[in-house]
Amino acid sequence: MSIRHGLLALLDEGPKYGYQLRQEFERATGATWPLNVGQVYTTLTRLERDGLVRGEGSDESGRVGYALTDEGRTELHRWFATPISRETRPRDELAIKLALATTVPGVDVTAIVQGQRTSTLRTLRELTRLKKAAAEDDLPWLLVLDSMIFQAEAEVRWLDHCESRLARSSRSTAPARPSAENRPADDHTATDHEGVRR
Amino acid sequence: MTPHAGPVLELREVSRVHGQGETAVHALRGLSLAVTTGELVAVMGPSGSGKSTLLHLAGGLDSPTVGEVLVEGQDLGTLSKAAVAGLRRRSIGYVFQDFNLIPALTAVENVALPLELDGVPSRRARKEATQALAEVGVKELAGRFPDDMSGGQQQRVAIARALVGDRRLVLADEPTGALDSETGEAVMRLLRARIDAGAAGLLVTHEARHAGWADRIVFLRDGRAVDDTGYASDAESLLEESR
Ligand SMILES: Nc1ncnc2c1ncn2[C@@H]1O[C@H](COP(=O)(O)OP(=O)(O)O)[C@@H](O)[C@H]1O
Ligand SMILES: [Mg+2]
Repeated sequence: MSIRHGLLALLDEGPKYGYQLRQEFERATGATWPLNVGQVYTTLTRLERDGLVRGEGSDESGRVGYALTDEGRTELHRWFATPISRETRPRDELAIKLALATTVPGVDVTAIVQGQRTSTLRTLRELTRLKKAAAEDDLPWLLVLDSMIFQAEAEVRWLDHCESRLARSSRSTAPARPSAENRPADDHTATDHEGVRR
Repeated sequence: MTPHAGPVLELREVSRVHGQGETAVHALRGLSLAVTTGELVAVMGPSGSGKSTLLHLAGGLDSPTVGEVLVEGQDLGTLSKAAVAGLRRRSIGYVFQDFNLIPALTAVENVALPLELDGVPSRRARKEATQALAEVGVKELAGRFPDDMSGGQQQRVAIARALVGDRRLVLADEPTGALDSETGEAVMRLLRARIDAGAAGLLVTHEARHAGWADRIVFLRDGRAVDDTGYASDAESLLEESR
């Protein structure tokens, strides 16, 4: 998602000031996406340049109001109608980190997996606390929280899976040694080549 | 009854070995854990890591090979079989994946049963059971049989049964396992609320989403606690503050 579409969605209700948009954006997405005023105004300027919003003069303290144009509304509905593709999301740093860790000699991949899982479980606990505290009728916030909770859960399951896979591969390469930290260096060289090839 | 001041459940360096010699299985190795009133501790881990063994030890259904298990300050190892059985009936409640309600009894009879087994007169047991059902929000189900209830309703009744009377320790083994995600969440909310109202809970689950309701999550592997989130600190509540 882009801040652009977020602002367009908020302007669908009616014209708003920049500071108002920032507040409402944060309220709708919880604390998950804090924006600064600069980001809001930069985005509004670009939206105006592209004809998607229109500045509506200013009030007595010089604050400029913005309104959605017809093109803006069309763009907003196009966005709602288009599924988000996983490929367009930023690359998964964690997956890349683990993949690289298996190729670097002397790195305890199991420890990375365990540390990450504990950290993700803490996040999950924190998100659940927010959910417990949320008002029952705050549907936008509950939806955002649930999305983050299910994603964190998926990450934990994936980490469990990685852990078993690592245990299995260290058993087959070095049966007597249960964890990756004890693997001899030439073992890593072998993984190294594989890692570089793909 | 005056509540015991320390942890409701305490495990001290507990190990459980099944069998002997070559074929010995170390189900738990030197595990220490304490759960106090108002606290929920979740236990996760792959199958065979020792989760059920831990719950059985905590519930006095099995005894450790080494170490101590204390419930409300009493070391189960120093009590007679009859005393352990009494403590189990009076202080400990269980919630399982398959609800374990008795099909021939109504909801209120199911909840009253542990009290009656403990010698509470029938009328008083019923009154307390009705109250317990009200506390979990299903008073209207009192006269219904388990077969005429949804999974979520049965689990609510099972939670009422686990906490009726003076029970202050709830042991839950995959309590949401048979429920859809929405109903599972409702059950976790309820369990959490009952624990907040004055019980201690130990929860085994393989779903991280449900473990998220706990104050602390312990991860078992081969009978050892390998990961532990510890308790939530205030510094962690950054999200909450910025909202
Ligand atoms: N009565 C028993 N006799 C022998 N081995 C057992 C017994 N109970 C459990 N175990 C073994 O102890 C280990 C832990 O089991 P358990 O506590 O049931 O794990 P989990 O609930 O995490 O799947 C497993 O290896 C299991 O096979
Ligand atoms: Mg088990």
